[in-house]
Amino acid sequence: MTTNTRTATPSSHDIGQRTVPNGIKLPIYMDNHATTPMDPRVLEEMLPYFMEKFGNSASRNHPFGWAAEEAVELSRERIARLIGATAKEIIFTSGATESDNLAIKGVAEMYREKGNHIITAVTEHKAVLDTCKHLEKLGFRVTYMPVQKDGLVDLDDLKRAMDDKTILVTIMAANNEIGVLQPVAEIGKLCHERGVVFHTDAVQAIGKVPIDVNKMNIDVASITGHKLYGPKGAGALYVRRKNPRVQLVAQIDGGGHERGMRSGTLNVPGIAGLGKACAIAHEEMAQESCKMAGLRNRLKDSIMSRLDEVYINGSVEHRLPGNLNISFAYVEGESLLMGINDIAVSSGSACTSATLEPSYVLKALGTGDDLAHSSIRFGIGRFNTEAEIDYVGDRVVETVLRLRELSPLYEMAKEGVDLKSVKWAAEAH
Amino acid sequence: MSYSEKVIDHYNNPRNVGSMDKKDSDVGTGLVGAPECGDVMKLQIKVNPQTNVIEDAKFKTFGCGSAIASSSLATEWVKGKTIDQALEIKNTEIVKELALPPVKIHCSVLAEDAIRAAIGDWKKKQETAKPAEVRAAQ
Repeated sequence: MTTNTRTATPSSHDIGQRTVPNGIKLPIYMDNHATTPMDPRVLEEMLPYFMEKFGNSASRNHPFGWAAEEAVELSRERIARLIGATAKEIIFTSGATESDNLAIKGVAEMYREKGNHIITAVTEHKAVLDTCKHLEKLGFRVTYMPVQKDGLVDLDDLKRAMDDKTILVTIMAANNEIGVLQPVAEIGKLCHERGVVFHTDAVQAIGKVPIDVNKMNIDVASITGHKLYGPKGAGALYVRRKNPRVQLVAQIDGGGHERGMRSGTLNVPGIAGLGKACAIAHEEMAQESCKMAGLRNRLKDSIMSRLDEVYINGSVEHRLPGNLNISFAYVEGESLLMGINDIAVSSGSACTSATLEPSYVLKALGTGDDLAHSSIRFGIGRFNTEAEIDYVGDRVVETVLRLRELSPLYEMAKEGVDLKSVKWAAEAH
Repeated sequence: MSYSEKVIDHYNNPRNVGSMDKKDSDVGTGLVGAPECGDVMKLQIKVNPQTNVIEDAKFKTFGCGSAIASSSLATEWVKGKTIDQALEIKNTEIVKELALPPVKIHCSVLAEDAIRAAIGDWKKKQETAKPAEVRAAQ
């Protein structure tokens, strides 16, 4: 009774998932880079900490506090184990954006005496880019490195960008749009040779591909629960304690929680969930990433064997197993999404304003704006099935074919018109 | 973003999709927008030279659902109108009919541009064709 009080009347915000004859539930969720569904095992781990074990983990004098603290410390160990760290090196935060802010601002402030130069890449998440822009206003110098056509940073560019004032390099482990994996081990090595702190936003990578902070010379790493089948609002930051010891200036002042680096009462249920999500990932990652890559390749083949002029954005080789980001030439992304509205994916096209700015990540790869507008990101996750992949492949193919019939660009291209040579009437748009 | 019923209807059942012979002297072709902006519309009209009535209209559009719906609606509306009547179609009427949200108003502007471009192309053809006809008559 307590959980089933919702009426059957669908509101505009109901997902309205329904089962179709072949057993698939529609809409299909395939946007796992945005967020992942919770693993039921994670929810189970969290539940006691809402009601019976509601204590504050900072309460040292009674069993309510001890029970909460026990959960927090277990989570710390589980996160640490997944990335080859020690429990004391894990700081809890509210999620990826806070972790990125704390890492970058905290390092910048701590090492200000040493230098004022920060290096990042143009394809980073906004949580990193906007934080760097903020620091620029405070007098820091930031190099935004370009990436190569495959989305990877060039290590020689990185070497050239480093100078004696460089205090921090922040490069993500896996990209949230195109899923490409940066050479973090090589970047970490370069940083350590020069005594520069290396931060990586690893939220998309952790639990999907092996991350080892020692083997990869990572000093600071951002982690979040909801990208690995855990809860939203629970994140962590790995901060290296030795070889070398890295220090941060806290960005939130208060009761001195988390060794003074992040004050605030801990989100115990969320932390318990994040820890369990990491424990599951530690157990199952090897097998699961194989399955993900298999499903991803099945979708890729299903689409590419039936459609011409379809392009994969970013490196195919250095890529998250569950990511497929494709441009469908001559078809606009948003209209494609509308045609496959029983599948939850996202588009690199943002046809929502007069400026019509497509994805900055795709633009950074040198993808033309036309193809950037034609891109779709498929994020395959733990709970997707082969039947879903086949359904998605069929729906995408039939919708692209229909929209191409409707596309003046496709018609012109088939007539042999070079679209690049056409003088478009609305260049000023 | 959720679309209005009318946008969804035009997207699922676009009216008057297709192409006409660009070289036909009774056909006017408008091609507006740009691929890098995410919208390109091609709208064609076939005009009766005696009455100046638009007897047929076709479109093809690369763009979001609202762009497809705007151009589909534009072909419906110009059909049966004279050139002068068609020039009176305003983008705001398209916005109203399709219940476009503010971020999609540019789609309706593009559809109005497409109508004007097609009519402009047809008019240009009539001007260049006239001397030839006169010559032929002599």
